[in-house]
Amino acid sequence: MSAEKNASQNHGEKEQRIKLLLVDDEEGYVNVLSNRMSKRNIDVTKALSGTAGIQALRKADFDVAVLDLKMEDMDGIEVLKIFKKMVPHMPVIMLTGHGSEEAARDGIEYGAHDYLIKPCDFGELVEKIRGAIKTRR
Amino acid sequence: MKKDQYRDGRYYRSLTRNIVLIVIVVSLTPMILVSGIGLYQFQTSYREKIYAHLEELVEKHRQNIDSFLSEKQSDIRYLAATFSYEELSDESFLQDRLVTLQQEYGPVFVDLGVVNERGIQIAYSGPFKLGRALYSEAEWFKKAIQKDYFISDVFLGLRGLPHFIVAVRDNYKGQTWLLRATIDFVAFNDLVENIRIGETGFAFIVNKKGEYQTKPFLDIAGSRKVIAEFLAHEKRLGEDVQIVEKADSTGKKNLYVAAFLKDGDWLLVYQQDAADAFSDLKRAFKLTVIIILVGGLCIVTITFVLSRGVVKRIAKADQEKQLMDEQIIETGKLASLGEMAAGIAHEINNPVAIMVEEAGWIGDLLEEEEFKNGKNLDEFRRALGQINTQGKRCKEITYKLLSFARKTDSRIQEVQVNKLLEEIITLLAQRAKYTNVVVNTEFQWGLPPIRVSQSELQQVFLNLINNSLDAMEKQGGVINIVSRLQGDAIVVEVTDNGPGIPSANLGRIFDPFFTTKPVGRGTGLGLSICYGIIKKLGGDIEVESQVGEGTSFRVRIPLVPKEEGKIETKA
Repeated sequence: MSAEKNASQNHGEKEQRIKLLLVDDEEGYVNVLSNRMSKRNIDVTKALSGTAGIQALRKADFDVAVLDLKMEDMDGIEVLKIFKKMVPHMPVIMLTGHGSEEAARDGIEYGAHDYLIKPCDFGELVEKIRGAIKTRR
Repeated sequence: MKKDQYRDGRYYRSLTRNIVLIVIVVSLTPMILVSGIGLYQFQTSYREKIYAHLEELVEKHRQNIDSFLSEKQSDIRYLAATFSYEELSDESFLQDRLVTLQQEYGPVFVDLGVVNERGIQIAYSGPFKLGRALYSEAEWFKKAIQKDYFISDVFLGLRGLPHFIVAVRDNYKGQTWLLRATIDFVAFNDLVENIRIGETGFAFIVNKKGEYQTKPFLDIAGSRKVIAEFLAHEKRLGEDVQIVEKADSTGKKNLYVAAFLKDGDWLLVYQQDAADAFSDLKRAFKLTVIIILVGGLCIVTITFVLSRGVVKRIAKADQEKQLMDEQIIETGKLASLGEMAAGIAHEINNPVAIMVEEAGWIGDLLEEEEFKNGKNLDEFRRALGQINTQGKRCKEITYKLLSFARKTDSRIQEVQVNKLLEEIITLLAQRAKYTNVVVNTEFQWGLPPIRVSQSELQQVFLNLINNSLDAMEKQGGVINIVSRLQGDAIVVEVTDNGPGIPSANLGRIFDPFFTTKPVGRGTGLGLSICYGIIKKLGGDIEVESQVGEGTSFRVRIPLVPKEEGKIETKA
């Protein structure tokens, strides 16, 4: 917790705020993540379905996307493929359920940056997001 | 119902019995029928053959004897017709005639004599001193004087030796006289005595009074009654040869072949022990019976052995099928349990994640100035930390449930035995707690992985530990789980200090359907499935138990499984 706090303070105003597209159909989860991330220099655009995610990506540019692989309307891998077609350079971090690591590994093959197993540690997620952006820049 | 049927052997016993009966009936019936009919046919035709042969033999000899007698008669008639009474009354002339006859026919004619009508032998030529002998009272003379030709029965006469007489009657100047010749008994007897067949077949001649005309080879006292019957039926018999099979007075069965000769005066009898006459038949019969008995015994024995084997195989196949069915059901149960667990885990994951993140969010907010000096800030932080910790605990539980669910397949994969045991212990932890059982582990770390089906191996240990828990349900206790590398195998020991297994049951615990649990609680398959799985891996499973002290199962799993041969499996 404390390391996280320091990190957020260190980055502070100096760094540009990160634009994140969060695609997950669990609304409560998306909301709380969005709140917590906004405190860490991350602006979250919430999309509660694969389709919503694609629409959001059409309207705006994002530095990074976090994508749940298990959603009701679309298979996360399909969404990933579309994302990669639309904005090939945008890193995508996948969230996957325990036991579906194989799907996540498939995702890496299709160009995803990394994956995390849900429920994930918040600090770890933020680290991955920052890491992804660093590699891009 | 079905299970019961297999369990008690009644079904298989009746199956064995039916197979045995059908095979025996189907194979023995034709054998006995064919042999019986064949034997009967053989017996009938053989008997006919023997009868025909004996009839022919007796007929031929009857003719022989008849022609012998008539020949001798002719010779004497010839003498009487050719030479006059005076000539023949001259003893030296008679002697010449006898010599001529003997030269012609051998010593068949013993002597010659001329007898006048008063029975006085007026001339005699022969080895005995019978000149002037008086025959007027002799039986033969009384009969011979009545007939032109006469052949007497055998009698001892004046000379005291068995003989018979051939006589011819003639007239000389109004006086009747007889020319008689004595026939050597030995020569005649030979004619009949030569009829010998087998060990007991012989012939003899009797006259109408049943007196022997030839010497029988064996004592025939027992056959007198039969012979008397033949004689009594002279008319009916006529010229024919008759065969009867009758027991003599000693009870022995004899064959009698009889024919009259000498115009019905004498009876030629051939007698043979029936057993001797039909000895070939008896041999054939014995042989057939022996073949039937030996063959039948072989058939029965082989049928028993084969059908037992067949039924044993069927029983084994049935049992295996039954076991497999049950195993499929068990596996299916486990799989659906796994699916359910996975579903629950997934469902719980999200709310838990949200709870943890919300707690995190509160933590974030507490960092803001307005809360910095809050009275209960530390208490808030502690509570949030607790939420986080408990959330992580939930996460671990769901992880384990999910990994358990994922492993209900029989794919061969690399399995870390210790990790698998830990997972199982975690799964059973709650149950152990309720039954007051403490589970201790003593693992040797760094064990090489083994290539097995994870879910199958899981089933083995789950069963063993569950059994221990079942056994200690009432009083609680301790389960020790030990893992170690021993040679080229991993050994896992599951030891409890429960009530133990009585030695009477110890030998049967791996048998399918053997259970001591109450009806509805156990299928009796758990340990037998464990046994099957471990055997499939080329390992073994042993049990030691002391009533009142506890039970210990030792499972040995080779590092190189049976199916994979000598392939290196080290990671």
